[in-house]
Amino acid sequence: MHFGLSEEQDMIVNTVRAFVENEIYPHEAMVERTGQVPLELGLEIKQKVIDLGFYACNFPEEVGGAGLSHLDFTLVERELGRGSMALTHFFGRPQNILMACEGEQKEKYLLPAVRGEKMDALAMTEPDAGSDVRGMKCQAQRDGGDWVINGSKHFISGAEHADFFIVFVATGVDDTPKGPKKRITCFLVDRGTPGFEVREGYTSVSHRGYKNYILYFDNCRLPDAQVLGEVDGGFAVMNEWLYATRLTVAAFCVGRARRCFDHALSYAAERKQFGQQIAKFQGISFQIADMITEIDAADWLTLSGAWRLDQGMEANREIASAKLYASEMLARVTDATLQIHGGMGLMDDFPIERFWRDARVERIWDGTSEIQRHIISRDLFRPLGA
Amino acid sequence: MKVLVPVKRVIDYNVKVRVKADGTGVDLANVKMSMNPFDEIAVEEAIRLKEAGKADEIVVVSIGVKQAQETLRTALAMGADRAILVTAADDVHTDIEPLAVAKILAAVAKEENPGLIIAGKQAIDNDMNATGQMLAALLGWSQATFASEVAVDGDTATVTREVDGGLQTVKVKMPAVITADLRLNEPRYASLPNIMKAKKKPLDEKTAADYGVDVSPRLTVVKTSEPPVRQAGIKVGSVDELVSKLKEAGAL
Ligand SMILES: Cc1cc2nc3c(=O)[nH]c(=O)nc-3n(C[C@H](O)[C@H](O)[C@H](O)COP(=O)(O)OP(=O)(O)OC[C@H]3O[C@@H](n4cnc5c(N)ncnc54)[C@H](O)[C@@H]3O)c2cc1C
Repeated sequence: MHFGLSEEQDMIVNTVRAFVENEIYPHEAMVERTGQVPLELGLEIKQKVIDLGFYACNFPEEVGGAGLSHLDFTLVERELGRGSMALTHFFGRPQNILMACEGEQKEKYLLPAVRGEKMDALAMTEPDAGSDVRGMKCQAQRDGGDWVINGSKHFISGAEHADFFIVFVATGVDDTPKGPKKRITCFLVDRGTPGFEVREGYTSVSHRGYKNYILYFDNCRLPDAQVLGEVDGGFAVMNEWLYATRLTVAAFCVGRARRCFDHALSYAAERKQFGQQIAKFQGISFQIADMITEIDAADWLTLSGAWRLDQGMEANREIASAKLYASEMLARVTDATLQIHGGMGLMDDFPIERFWRDARVERIWDGTSEIQRHIISRDLFRPLGA
Repeated sequence: MKVLVPVKRVIDYNVKVRVKADGTGVDLANVKMSMNPFDEIAVEEAIRLKEAGKADEIVVVSIGVKQAQETLRTALAMGADRAILVTAADDVHTDIEPLAVAKILAAVAKEENPGLIIAGKQAIDNDMNATGQMLAALLGWSQATFASEVAVDGDTATVTREVDGGLQTVKVKMPAVITADLRLNEPRYASLPNIMKAKKKPLDEKTAADYGVDVSPRLTVVKTSEPPVRQAGIKVGSVDELVSKLKEAGAL
């Protein structure tokens, strides 16, 4: 067993960290204040990332990506986690589900996405179907040789800049012994398709500037050519490609927690009360000890999940554990950091209040903590017939 | 033309330096180390010369502990072509003094015959600001230190130097030693393809003994201490109070 980074991995980490510190940090306060990333800035960041060869680095070399392993890519995500998500969105990691593109879809979606010419967004969630993805109401019906979609999706991230959307839609119902079960199909939908509308969503407490949108489908007509994967095979593509995205959440949490922790550590070493540094109070220093222990634990859990994927090993439960633990760890670390900063922690002079707010969504998206616990426990009990 | 760039592995500029309890130096165990920032600028300048068609090969060399290999890989990932690692110490706390470094670099230069050596003006650990100058003297080459602009034309280099209160432009005949100042350029990030290529680039491993250079220290560090802690300021309530406080402090 070997726990060190290779020279390449070390350089990847150093480069991405330097990029985030120099190209992302300086704009964060503005994004927080305005709740918006100016498009020119986003495009400037994107171009720099393209020039550095990091754009779409999660894609294989055959399609123009950098062919990073899961482990290498997780290191990239971890360093990006330090920075504002609204800004690092332009660091460009298209959904790897696009690898399911076939024939002309490759020229139209996959390759432009990897080159940074087109941006994507992914839409599963609906007002009435969150954790219960299969409960979705948005549906497509056959009409002639086409599909006609009706319904809506909400909480869709990245929609602001997306040129096309990867949308999961119900395309029928099967009767099973456990009751009716919806068949799901994945569609590629271009912005501007008649009957398809993108509207600004809610204002979220987490990740200001990284907005969520609502998608409306009103008799939106799509040909078969827009189906990603097989008709009724939506769950198959989802399971094949979206399986690992939970690791990116875990990696984000670890990177963010480390940045937050540095603030906690230096503030505790500098702030004086009762004539001494507050780090001298065990009530503070022990919190610091717990924080770093949890951060390291989450880091290793996350990296080992990525490593398992690279080895072709089963990783579903491990990835769920990483996502669960890292996101809950981040909540505790940001909360404790805020506490260590006292009242100043709540003020926007420090980034702490923002880290604390941002952390909240990590336990919700990409499968809530409860859903991760469900996955973990089912994995353990299923073989026991319980 | 070949450009030789010496690079030093130093404590990362972001790290808060801690003096060892016995005062013999600073603590380097488990501390993040990086390429000396001025050397990064030197590497960048060499790459720009190559991109401009003025140089055709960039050789980077580092002298120190084995771990300096990481620093060399970083230079290779930025765009250098080849690296030479000269191991001259086992303990990360051993600092090789400028004269020994200059002697080894002079020996490397005699083997490599570069048209230009671009070094950082100083390393941010000991701030000696001596290696480039000593190297030029040992080789009998021209030198242009504190460069903020370099233009190479034929066998001369025109170098703008940052001097107290202004800029000085000098023309030096090559081969020459140039040392880079902060404003010479902004070093690039290593691109991902170059990071992946760095491992395949040649890295020669040598020792100080290979060059017949004695690296044992000539200098004795008597004491290392933390900079004095800055006294807290005071707030004054009025102009009169300000004036009287300034008088008290002898500033008026
Ligand atoms: C800012 C933001 C951005 C998002 N971006 C996207 C996006 O780009 N694309 C996309 O498709 N989705 C996106 N989502 C949706 C996100 O994935 C969902 O919010 C998440 O899956 C939870 O669904 P829900 O919010 O409807 O909660 P619900 O599913 O309604 O859950 C409510 C509560 O019930 C619990 N619960 C539900 N089922 C169970 C169970 N079986 N056992 C125990 N507890 C249970 C949940 O854990 C939760 O605590 C985003 C969400 C947010 C907040």
